[in-house]
Amino acid sequence: MSRAESPPKRDAKTENARPMATPTDQGAARKTGPDPRTGRGPSPLWTLGLFRDELVTTFRRWRTIALLGVLAAVPVLIGVAVKIETRGGSSAGGGGGEGPAFIAQITNNGLFLVFTGLAATLPFFLPMAIGVIAGDAIAGEANAGTLRYLLVAPAGRTRLLLTKYATTMTFCLVATLVVAVSAFAVGALLFPLGELTTISGTRIGFAEGLGRALLIALVVAASLTGVAALGLFVSTLTNSGIAAMATTVGLLITVQILDQIPQLHALQPYFFSHYWLSFADLMRDPVYWDGLVRDLGLQGLYVAVFGSAAWARFTTKDITA
Amino acid sequence: MAPYETDDSARAAEADDRLAGRRKAARYVVPVAVVGVAAATIGLVPALADSGDPDLPKISAQQLIEKIAKSDVQQLSGTVKISTDLGLPDLGGLESGLLSGAAEGHGDSSADPQSKLLELASGTHTLRVAADGPDRGKVSLLDNASEYSVIHNGKDVWGYDSKSNEVFHSTSPDSGHAGEGAGGKAPRDVPATPKDFADEALKSVDDTTSVTVDGTAHVAGRDAYKLVIKPRQSGTTVGAISIAVDAKTGLPLKFTLTPASGGAAVVDAGFTQVDFSRPAASTFAFTPPKGAKVTEGDDLKDAKGGESKDTKGDGPKRLEKEWRKGHEGTADAPGGPKTIGEGWNSIIVLETGGKGMPTGASGSTGNSDVDGFLNSLGDHVTGKFGSGTVFSTRLVNALITDDGKVYAGAVTKAALVKAANAAQ
Repeated sequence: MSRAESPPKRDAKTENARPMATPTDQGAARKTGPDPRTGRGPSPLWTLGLFRDELVTTFRRWRTIALLGVLAAVPVLIGVAVKIETRGGSSAGGGGGEGPAFIAQITNNGLFLVFTGLAATLPFFLPMAIGVIAGDAIAGEANAGTLRYLLVAPAGRTRLLLTKYATTMTFCLVATLVVAVSAFAVGALLFPLGELTTISGTRIGFAEGLGRALLIALVVAASLTGVAALGLFVSTLTNSGIAAMATTVGLLITVQILDQIPQLHALQPYFFSHYWLSFADLMRDPVYWDGLVRDLGLQGLYVAVFGSAAWARFTTKDITA
Repeated sequence: MAPYETDDSARAAEADDRLAGRRKAARYVVPVAVVGVAAATIGLVPALADSGDPDLPKISAQQLIEKIAKSDVQQLSGTVKISTDLGLPDLGGLESGLLSGAAEGHGDSSADPQSKLLELASGTHTLRVAADGPDRGKVSLLDNASEYSVIHNGKDVWGYDSKSNEVFHSTSPDSGHAGEGAGGKAPRDVPATPKDFADEALKSVDDTTSVTVDGTAHVAGRDAYKLVIKPRQSGTTVGAISIAVDAKTGLPLKFTLTPASGGAAVVDAGFTQVDFSRPAASTFAFTPPKGAKVTEGDDLKDAKGGESKDTKGDGPKRLEKEWRKGHEGTADAPGGPKTIGEGWNSIIVLETGGKGMPTGASGSTGNSDVDGFLNSLGDHVTGKFGSGTVFSTRLVNALITDDGKVYAGAVTKAALVKAANAAQ
C-alpha cells in the first residue's frame, strides 16, 4: 500500500520507488480488498493483506531501517570492544563483574555476546525504537493527513488498530532478532563457539545453548509488547507523530529512573521495565521461572489495559486529519 | 411553530449527543475493568491461597523437636528466600566497596565463598539449594543476570561467580568432613536453609524459653507444624522465633525471627519450593569454564591464616552466632570474651584493651567528619561505668565504653548499660 508518508522528505526514496498515490487511488491500491459493492464485510484474507501492506510500509521507511541499523551496531561495538580489551589476556569487565550482564563470558564463548547484546540494548535502545514505531502508528498517519483515507477503505477502526498493533509487535520481534543475529554473527567471528557454562555452573551443549538464545530473544521481544501497547495508546491521543514518539520515549525514561529509586519499591513491581532483565533466568540451570512468569504476566496486563484504552480512544475519537 | 420545532430538534440532537457521549464513555469502561480485574486478582489470589491451614494430628512441642532432630533428609532441591532486616544503615555501594577491598586483600577472588557471606546480611535474597547425600551439595545465590554457586562434589568444593567468571576451588581431604575447607562448611548439610537456623535456635532451648506448637501452615506447598520459641525473660530484643516443620520429613521449612520491638522479621528464611527427589547428577558436575580465573583454596587459607577457621560457614549462620555469642561463648576474639547473664539475656564482654571507640565527646579522632559519622551511627551513653557509645541494630546492641570494653548481646540498650554498671 502506498500512501503519503510523514515526514515526506525522509521517505522520498520510498515514494520514488512506489509512486505516491492520490487519495482517490486509495481504494484501488488495496488490491487485496473485496469489492465494496458486494456489501459484505472484509474477509480474513483482506485483513492479512492490510497487515502485509502495513508491514511493507513500516519496514521500507528509512527511519525504520536506520533504527534497525543502530540496533545491529550495538553488539558489533561490544564485541570489538571486548576483543580489544582482552587481547592482552585480561578478562573483560575488569574482572570485577562490571558492565552489562554476561560480558565476562564472551571471550570463552561467542554465544554469550547474544545475551550481552540483548542485555545492553533492552534497557534503552530496543524500547526507544519500539516507542518511535508505536508512537508513529496512528498519530503519524493523522499528522500526514492519511488517517481518514485509511478509514475510508472498509477496514474499520478496530481492525486498523489491531493491524497497527500487530505491525508494532512484528517490529518488536524483528528488532530483537536483528540484535541477536548481529550479536551471534560478531560473536562467531571474533570468539570461539562451543559448549557453554550456564550461570549456575553446569554445562550445556552448543545446540541447547543456541536454543536458549532463541528463547531469550523471544522473551525479550515479548517483554517489549507492554511498551508497544503504551506507545500505541499515546499515539491515539494526539495528532502529532513527534509528540507521540516523544511522550512514549519520555515515559520510558521516566519509568526507568523511577525503577532505580529505592523508596518506590512498593510501586516498582508494576513498572513495565521492572522484570525486563529476568530473561537472564533462562541461562540458569534449571531455569528459574518466577521472574519470567511475572515479566510476561505484567506485559500481558499492559497490553490488555493500554490496548483496550487505545481501542476506546480510537473508536470514539473524531478523525479530522 | 418554527421556534418550537427548532427547539425540539435541538433537544433531539442534544439527546443524540448525550447518547453518543455515553456510548463513548462506555468504551473506556473496558480498560478500567481490566485494571480492576487485575487488581482484584493480585489482591485476592494470595489471600485465597493463604486460607485453610492443613489438618494435622496434634503433636507436642517435645515430639516436634524430636522430629526435627531425627529428620534425615538426604536428597532435596529447592528454592529458599532469605530476608534479613537488621536495621543496619544502608551503606549501598560503600558496603560492596569494602567487601571487594577485603576480598582483594585476601587472595583476590570474587569467587571465594567468604567474600559472598556478607551479602546475605541484608536485603532479600533467593538461594537455590540441592543436596544428594552428604558428599554432594550445591547452593546458588541468585542475583540479577548472574549467580554465585558453591558446589560440593566428593572431595572438590567449587565456588563459581558467573558475574566475574571466576572460580574458587578447594579440596577437602576427607569428603565426610568437608568442613575443613574454607567454603566446605557451606555445602555440606544444606546450608543457609531454615534447618540451619532451626538447629541454632533449638540449642538455646532451656528453662528461660517457652516452646509451643502453634498450629499448622502451608509452606512451599507442604503441610507443616509451626513451632514457636519465645524467651521468658524481659530485656532481650528477641521477640519470638517461629519454625515451620514439614509434617512428613521433619525438615524445617521456614524460620522467622521477630524482634521484641515488633515490625518486620529480622530474619525470615523459608523454602518457596522444595522437592525431595534426587537432583540430577549434572547439577553437581562442575568444570571451570575456559578462560575463567581459578583460585585455589589453599592459597587463600595461607593468606588468611587461622582466621578462615572462625569465619567459615555461611552468612546467616554467622549472624546467628553474633547474637548467640552469649550462649556459646565462642572464643574468637583477643582477650577472650566473658559472658554475663544467662539465657536470652546473656551479654558478651570483650576486653579490647584499646582506647575504645573514638567518639565526639571523648577521644576525638581529630577529624570532624569521621567523628560526625561515628556519632550518627551510635548513641552516646553515660553511667556509673563512665561513658561510651551504643551501636544498635534491630536485634543486636553493642556498647563500646571509652575505656575499651565491649558489651554486646541481643538485649536492650538499658540492659547493656545495667550490665556495664554492674561490672564496675
